[in-house]
Amino acid sequence: MTDSGIVRTALPLVIFAILGTLLVATANHFTQERIQTNEHEVLLKLLHSLISEHGYDNDILNDAQELKGKVLQSQHPILMYPALLNGKPAAAIFRLSTPDGYNGPIHLLIGIDYNTEHLLGVRVLAHRETPGLGDKIESDRSDWILKFLDRSIGNPLLERWHVKKDGGEFDQFTGATITPRAVVGAIRRCLIYFSENKKELFAKIPQKTEKPS
Amino acid sequence: MNTHFETIVRDGLWINNPGLVQLLGLCPLLAVTSTVVNGLGLGLATLLTLIVSNCSVSLARRWIQPEVRLPVFVIIIACTVTAIELIMNAYFHELHGILGIFIPLIVTNCAILARAEAFASKNNVIDAFMDAVMMGLGFLLVLVALGGMRELLGNGTLFSNAQLMFGEGAKDWIVTLSSNYPGFLLAILPPGAFIGLGVLIALKNWIDSRLSSPAPARLPAIPVTNS
Repeated sequence: MTDSGIVRTALPLVIFAILGTLLVATANHFTQERIQTNEHEVLLKLLHSLISEHGYDNDILNDAQELKGKVLQSQHPILMYPALLNGKPAAAIFRLSTPDGYNGPIHLLIGIDYNTEHLLGVRVLAHRETPGLGDKIESDRSDWILKFLDRSIGNPLLERWHVKKDGGEFDQFTGATITPRAVVGAIRRCLIYFSENKKELFAKIPQKTEKPS
Repeated sequence: MNTHFETIVRDGLWINNPGLVQLLGLCPLLAVTSTVVNGLGLGLATLLTLIVSNCSVSLARRWIQPEVRLPVFVIIIACTVTAIELIMNAYFHELHGILGIFIPLIVTNCAILARAEAFASKNNVIDAFMDAVMMGLGFLLVLVALGGMRELLGNGTLFSNAQLMFGEGAKDWIVTLSSNYPGFLLAILPPGAFIGLGVLIALKNWIDSRLSSPAPARLPAIPVTNS
């Protein structure tokens, strides 16, 4: 192949690479902001299922802290969204995953009141449990996950923080024990962790940040 | 000219349907068709990708040397899909979340590369556009039919989650067979997708064989001769 032949062959490739990059860059430019707003909205909506909009006055998404190190048996980074009211800690919402699901990690959102250490609620963000069996952990499919509201270490007692099959207090599902066991375990570990570390967790949070409207 | 377009239409929708005959793009076809709306969402995204890729391949076909045609096709398809994914993420955020990985995976849907290679690189833009629309529609119809079958059997509903695509007003589109339908798990799980697709293919073949022999033409009995 002659030199000009090579150029003639390669040129369309280069042109299409440039055109393609331009197309993707343009699409990215025009959608970036909207995608970010969407993601924030989805996240806020989830957070607001656990804590009321008036329960905090800081910029909860921006104040999120990543928990460093291997805590709570999580392989994925754990995020804590700190809720402050009038500069004082009000609650913490953890976004974590538990590795011991039936079919991969279960991603959870766990809200805990700062003072009482009671659960504000738990929601499942993502999972790959068996449809029809394990997916009853979703709040859309069953009210199982809603029953953790106001629970705490002590209600039930720590040794009863298991599914019924393991001698605990919480229902498992017919045909699926591993999934609820994983969720109960994750919540139990999170409650203990929070109780032991809550002072340090909130030590680094700025006292006052503007809540975006 | 008319018959020419007719061939393209028939090829895409029936005779050479990418879902039922070419059996291309099975991975998304089987994975996302648990509801009508999911199937429709992926079908539309695929249709759009096909149109853009077929048209640009056809427009550029004279300048693309045969040695580099495949990389060029792949660049075109990959960039189109990425752009569509971004747009879906921005305007149909929840649906994008449900379809998840299968939107970027449209890149690997062989149906699209196959149309670029087999049709668009050899035909003019108008034909390539028609071919893309018909092939895309053919694929979309299979996605919707399979989604409908599985949703109806598995959950006893149709058009659930329509609000993800058509806005809040579409929330009432959901058709529920009976309020206490027990659900049929198999239809929702992956095996249900395979079985459902098998049923659709069988149905198509049955219709074809019915059409090709209009009269119940019995083979005349061959007189037995001494052998």
